[in-house]
Amino acid sequence: MSLSHTDQNLSLILQLCALIAAAVVLLILVFLLSESWPVLQHVSVWRFFSDDAWHPAQDLYNITPMLSATLLSTLGALLLSTPLGIASALFTRYYAPPALAAWYRRLIELLAGIPSVVYGLWGLTTLAPLVGQLHPPGVSLLTAILVLALMILPTIALTVDSALRAVPVAYHHSAAALGLSRWAIIKNIILPAAHSGITSSVMLAAGRAIGETMAVLMVAGNVVQHPHSLFASVRTLTANIALEMSYAMGDHRAALFVAGLALMLMVLLLVSSAELFKRRSLCLQIH
Amino acid sequence: MSTNTLATCLIWLAALFVTAVFVCLLADIISQGLTGLSWSYLIEPPQDAGRAGGIGSIIVSTGLILLVAIATSAPLGLATAILLTEFSTQKSTFAQFVERSLDVLSGIPSIIFGLFGNAFFCIYLGLGFSILSGGLTLACMALPILIRTATEGLRAVPNDYRLSAAALSMTRTSALIHLLVPAATPALVAGLMLGIGRAGAETAALIFTSGYVDRMPDSVMDSGRALSVHIYDLSMNVAGGDAKANSAALVLIILLFVINSVSSFLANHWMHKRIIHL
Repeated sequence: MSLSHTDQNLSLILQLCALIAAAVVLLILVFLLSESWPVLQHVSVWRFFSDDAWHPAQDLYNITPMLSATLLSTLGALLLSTPLGIASALFTRYYAPPALAAWYRRLIELLAGIPSVVYGLWGLTTLAPLVGQLHPPGVSLLTAILVLALMILPTIALTVDSALRAVPVAYHHSAAALGLSRWAIIKNIILPAAHSGITSSVMLAAGRAIGETMAVLMVAGNVVQHPHSLFASVRTLTANIALEMSYAMGDHRAALFVAGLALMLMVLLLVSSAELFKRRSLCLQIH
Repeated sequence: MSTNTLATCLIWLAALFVTAVFVCLLADIISQGLTGLSWSYLIEPPQDAGRAGGIGSIIVSTGLILLVAIATSAPLGLATAILLTEFSTQKSTFAQFVERSLDVLSGIPSIIFGLFGNAFFCIYLGLGFSILSGGLTLACMALPILIRTATEGLRAVPNDYRLSAAALSMTRTSALIHLLVPAATPALVAGLMLGIGRAGAETAALIFTSGYVDRMPDSVMDSGRALSVHIYDLSMNVAGGDAKANSAALVLIILLFVINSVSSFLANHWMHKRIIHL
């Protein structure tokens, strides 16, 4: 269909705006690369994994202690919040009476909106002293795991809930007509049907946990070391960037951008595979 | 006990446990924050690095940062959403490219936005540590959610509206101005509120873009401390700042709660009333 003169003009302006919006992500990549370039020129990527320690002032750039802290805290948080999140979603969809389910969902939505800095503050003032009673110092990998688990639980509960909603009601009805018990229906019919959707939501939550900065920064203790126990103070990649950006110069600053680049690649990998799983689950639903 | 009963018990227990933990958390935040909360706390400037005084200047800075973020991202977001829904098919390469990049953008962690904002707005564009830099960084963060909600809002307007406009030989531009955008207004405002809510919760992206300075900003080129940054700074860097941090956290939560409630009310109620199905 041909457009009028006014419409053509508008279309042009809109395309320009959309181009700017789409270019932001490229701009971010370009700036991360160009800012990390100075250090990548004379420090090989391998040295970020094999140097003796993280001492940018002495030209030592080992990021593995931070990497292990990031991965372990994410893994721990997922182990705790995945079962609870799935149980929450099952509760609202198949177990709770409608009024209670609505209230429960509202509570979860409310928690999803609490900013990470508030979770961090609560973790620091309430949770860390409790963990410290078990084993000092209190600000530790365990505290970080607990706070992260709380933060991603609403994400998992809400996304699994929508994955369950997408399972055709006919599945549930047919199974119930065969006389299967509620749990047998969930275990054998509903969960397998929603499998891709659930995987996608766990990956999305993992992406959020890896990228989370403030809460972890406030409760993990921020000592650069490979965690030797759950009670050890650790520093994650994100916390390291937030702590050192304020005074980092030259190669040190560039090394922080390299850490940012690594972080971004990990998160993008997770988010795009989550997207892939989500699309697969949509395809299943149609058939 | 059968597996079925056991599963029912476990799921109820899990829900009870989650509720208990979160009710404790909320009760903690509210009871600890309420003690220091008063009218003078909201309007007085902070003193002694925040240990005394209030959060007057912090609230002004937060408002300015959000204003900059929304003033830049809302027009850009709306324009992109209109392009995606009204001026291109979902299959077109350009539309797919735009949607892909927005998906990627929405997954980027906030600390990365902080790095980017510092390198691009503060240093490359020479804006320095300023409310403008912080607001523009948040604008980049808010874009995907604004565009997604606006796209959904426009798609929810029935196609009859477009066909009727075309039958009256209105240009698409005037159909947009007089019919589609007004019809989708509740959804657009809801998306805007959601974007403001997200941006208001942000800390990591602001630390090295809008900075720490806690006095009243004179202009958007001044450094200004957002409420979330204030909470972080008080609890981590200021000894004896916990009480004030708790009050600031309560203020932030109430603010975000109001914004999110308005947003979901608009999306759920106003939108349904507004659209006429033929």
